[in-house]
Amino acid sequence: MTTEIILAGFGGQGILFAGKILAYCGLIAGKELSWLPSYGPEMRGGTANCSVCISDEPIGSPVVTTPDYLIAMNGPSYKKFIDAVKPDGLVLFDNSIVEETCERTDITAISLPATDIATNAGLNGAANMVLLGRMLAETNLFDMDTVKKAMEKCIPPKRAHLIEANLKAIALGMAEKK
Amino acid sequence: MERSLMKGNEALAEAAIRAGCKCFFGYPITPQTELSAYMAKRMEKSGGVFLQAESEIAAINMVLGAASTGVRAMTSSSSPGVSLKAEGISYMAGSDLPGLIINVQRGGPGLGSIQPAQSDYNQATHAMGHGDFHILVYAPCSVQEMVDTVTLAFDKADQYRMPAMILADGLLGQMMEPVTFPEPRTTLPDKSDWAANGHGNKREHHIINSLYLDAPLLEAKVQERFKRYAIIEETETDAELYCCDDAEIVVTAYGASARVSKSAVTAARRKGIKAGLCRPKTLWPFPKKELCEATKHASHILDVEMSMGQMIDDVRLATECRLPVSFFGRTGGVIPTPAEVLAEIEKLAGGAE
Repeated sequence: MTTEIILAGFGGQGILFAGKILAYCGLIAGKELSWLPSYGPEMRGGTANCSVCISDEPIGSPVVTTPDYLIAMNGPSYKKFIDAVKPDGLVLFDNSIVEETCERTDITAISLPATDIATNAGLNGAANMVLLGRMLAETNLFDMDTVKKAMEKCIPPKRAHLIEANLKAIALGMAEKK
Repeated sequence: MERSLMKGNEALAEAAIRAGCKCFFGYPITPQTELSAYMAKRMEKSGGVFLQAESEIAAINMVLGAASTGVRAMTSSSSPGVSLKAEGISYMAGSDLPGLIINVQRGGPGLGSIQPAQSDYNQATHAMGHGDFHILVYAPCSVQEMVDTVTLAFDKADQYRMPAMILADGLLGQMMEPVTFPEPRTTLPDKSDWAANGHGNKREHHIINSLYLDAPLLEAKVQERFKRYAIIEETETDAELYCCDDAEIVVTAYGASARVSKSAVTAARRKGIKAGLCRPKTLWPFPKKELCEATKHASHILDVEMSMGQMIDDVRLATECRLPVSFFGRTGGVIPTPAEVLAEIEKLAGGAE
């Protein structure tokens, strides 16, 4: 089985980084995986997105067109991808920023004020991790131990101080699942 | 060996260093830039030379110069930049020089787009410069295969004394996948019988040259080269055959579009359609034998590319027009989806509902 994920938002919100954490989780868990960023003018001031595939088998096309899971961090990204989510799929979006409400009834839509949650905890800019944490809690894709190892592999040693803050934001997101 | 996670572009660079590449000359261009950036960071530390040239033309001529001394040398670029290197590549071929050129293709013609494309197939395989010559052209389709191909391309370039190209694209260059690297090469081929690197007047000069004013002499040179090419066409072809044993519809695709096609073939099989995929791993020499083997039971070929259909003529020639060949492609930087390719397969199977 292949899990296909799209993460999308403004450039600078840590979309590609959140995707990388997922990819590193897959690496540590011994899975097949691919991570493909959008590149070019759209990530210079516009929307950024990345496709992540995690599977037990070799990945075919790394371009995700119909995601199982979608994380949307701004309105344009939400609108661009919401109709593409597979039936029975999952969408998580930051309602501190995204004003839309989900009209689809065949998917699970979870909105949470990720930006506010991160800011209130003194973790400015970690809304991406809050959403990722919530996604992990909803899907059981990877456990916290794997996420911790992924974070340590993904963040270079000279920025090691960021590991703890990111893990804290992920834990906050996970705790949002009541 | 531990698996690490790397972008295709960076993995190509690391693989080249491990293959014993000592000189990298390049000029930045999207979507290839991470390759040169990685080289800028690592090449000097590993005892080699990184130089950002003033242009693509300068870079390829630096490769020519370095290769003349017998060291493993390379350059990388993307489509418009590779066009600029065409003259230098022809000079290298005419001088019997090995070297590696990587093309991380983007949409064209002209400056085109910066999104992934495969519209430089004809250039790479049929006309990578003026004159009678070929270069080796490899088409890997994953980050791991790109790493393995770098070593192979350097080895074969040295063995046959000719330039080799890896024809990648923006998708393969930008994506990250798990990858395992080979141990660094410690022994490299001996080139002391031809390299021009100083001899203290102890032997005859070695001359690296592509100018022959005596026409019959040049003819003999070219004919000798084509004898080598004939051996390569006989022995160096490679292709991956997927689900071809009983395939009635065989998809031909290379690189990124082969990944998309593989997903489509898998989906077609699930629907009971006897589809298969023949993925050339060498584009020159073109894997004729392998394609004939793959299409033994086929009644139709579907060629899929990220171009307007440049490989299709090689597919037709390889199968000597025995089978109808349909085409599906997206171009300009648009990547086809597995669903689009599946729809084409279903059309050919006659079972589209």
